Amino acid sequence: MPGQEHAKPQRREDEVPDAPEAPPAAPAGAAVKEGLTDDIDSVLDEIDGVLESNAEEFVRGFVQKGGE
Amino acid sequence: MTVRRIMGLETEYGISVPGDPMANPMFLSGQVISVYAAAQGIRSNQSSWDYAFEDPLRDARGWQLDRQSADPSQLTDVEDPTLANVVLTNGARYYVDHAHPEYSSPEVTLPRAAVTWDRAGDAIALESVRLLAARPGQAPVNLYKNNTDGKGQSYGTHENYLMPRRTAFPDIVRHLIPFFVTRQVVCGAGRVGLGVDSRGAGYQISQRADFFETEVGLETTLKRPIINTRDEPHAVADRYRRLHVIIGDANLLDIAGLLKVGTTSLVLGMIEDGHLTQDWSIRRPVAALQSISHDPSLQATVELVDGRVMTALDVQWLYLEAARRWLELRGDDPEAEATTEVMTLWEDVLTRLGRDVMSCAGMVDWVTKLQLLEGFRARDGLAWDDHRLAAVDIQWADVRPEKGLLHRLRDRGRTVDLITPEQVRAACTTPPDDTRAWFRGTCVRRFGAEVFSASWDSVVFDVPGHSSLQRVPILEPERGTRAQVGTLLEESVDVAALLRGLATPD
Repeated sequence: MPGQEHAKPQRREDEVPDAPEAPPAAPAGAAVKEGLTDDIDSVLDEIDGVLESNAEEFVRGFVQKGGE
Repeated sequence: MTVRRIMGLETEYGISVPGDPMANPMFLSGQVISVYAAAQGIRSNQSSWDYAFEDPLRDARGWQLDRQSADPSQLTDVEDPTLANVVLTNGARYYVDHAHPEYSSPEVTLPRAAVTWDRAGDAIALESVRLLAARPGQAPVNLYKNNTDGKGQSYGTHENYLMPRRTAFPDIVRHLIPFFVTRQVVCGAGRVGLGVDSRGAGYQISQRADFFETEVGLETTLKRPIINTRDEPHAVADRYRRLHVIIGDANLLDIAGLLKVGTTSLVLGMIEDGHLTQDWSIRRPVAALQSISHDPSLQATVELVDGRVMTALDVQWLYLEAARRWLELRGDDPEAEATTEVMTLWEDVLTRLGRDVMSCAGMVDWVTKLQLLEGFRARDGLAWDDHRLAAVDIQWADVRPEKGLLHRLRDRGRTVDLITPEQVRAACTTPPDDTRAWFRGTCVRRFGAEVFSASWDSVVFDVPGHSSLQRVPILEPERGTRAQVGTLLEESVDVAALLRGLATPD
């Protein structure tokens, strides 16, 4: 579904120029929610840096014997 | 009437050497235990665990399994000289269980203490891998606090609850199964992949659900049962049974861990007190366990034997409301604050899960992990069978703060913690002061050289000048507390003085 693949970057491009003009009068709840969303993006960025680079090999190599 | 009870948690850590999936896990686990024990100045030979009272083939239903008919993996009391097995100064047991390092926490009485000494186990596991990594020429060994490799193998996180022997086992089974089938929505650790070998793509609530095959049984490694009947009380057998719970996931988050043991202790209390009279049995509970686990939207329903159709949350509310009535009826709680904390958090989590699952991020393991995975999925357009999501699931549970993803979230303040790092650090070396763990752990600290062996219910001394070993039984879990023996332990100049003091009635 090519339409869907394009949807996300388009929305991002739209948002960027809007951002400086956005009035900072949003209710506190919305501000917190927005802050959290931003934070998730930065969490993902940080985790990109610590995540095993070859995910497929890492997953394949995690082999355990049963326990208990 | 209270959440207070003698209890403890056992964790088997996943173990791997990066790039070497064929590394021998028994040998590696032995190294993990030995290197830590050596750094603590504790002997780690196989004879240091006293097996005299152990009886893993005793069944709570009243019969004993013939040793010949037991699978070798059930024979946990067979000594193997290559395997390390120690008692730590915090009263815990740290040893090799089959192919994993296992930390069995000391006995505690309250849920916060259970979480504290469980997290101490994670800190000890971390210290162990740090010590190994510092050895020249040693390949790095990683430990993971999870319960499956996603390829068909599972290893356990077990809970232990002391119960009075007089409580009828059929009552325990009837009232506990619906609770255990549904409590995963509160304390599941989350898992990428459906089916024991992750054949299906998707996310599920529990690490363990797919590995259960039956309702009641003695085994823990094959045909895993929702209710495990192993009955080694490690205490006066006429008075107590130890309920050995194998259905839980390993928790990294404090609130989920607190609720796992706290709500279970309350439900057991209601059963012991005869407070649960209605039958909430679920039809086909093993299938129900799995269908609940496979639906993170929490809309999956189960059918009760009385015909009612309910979600897991509905069933949890039944138990919560019963507990509320029970507490109102009985005003004799010696630990009202601890009980209130469990009740308040239980209600808060159930309410949040009902309104907006994601509002439990930072409180409940499976939700917190799901939020991270959904972040990756949304940002990078990943399908559930993408290797990166499976890698996130595994690395989530790495005990190292720089690699473990839950640790990364905690460091960013994205978890709701109940226990401070200082409390965890202290619990690595200090026993709980209100159980026999105080005696056991302090003996190891004060008189380690003369402790010949130890176990849950004994400490055996090799006293200089005595030809025979001196065994001190500690069969009452609430005897041997700091209040009872703390002064004697500190003031005895040597083991002989300690034994004289113990023999003198106070």
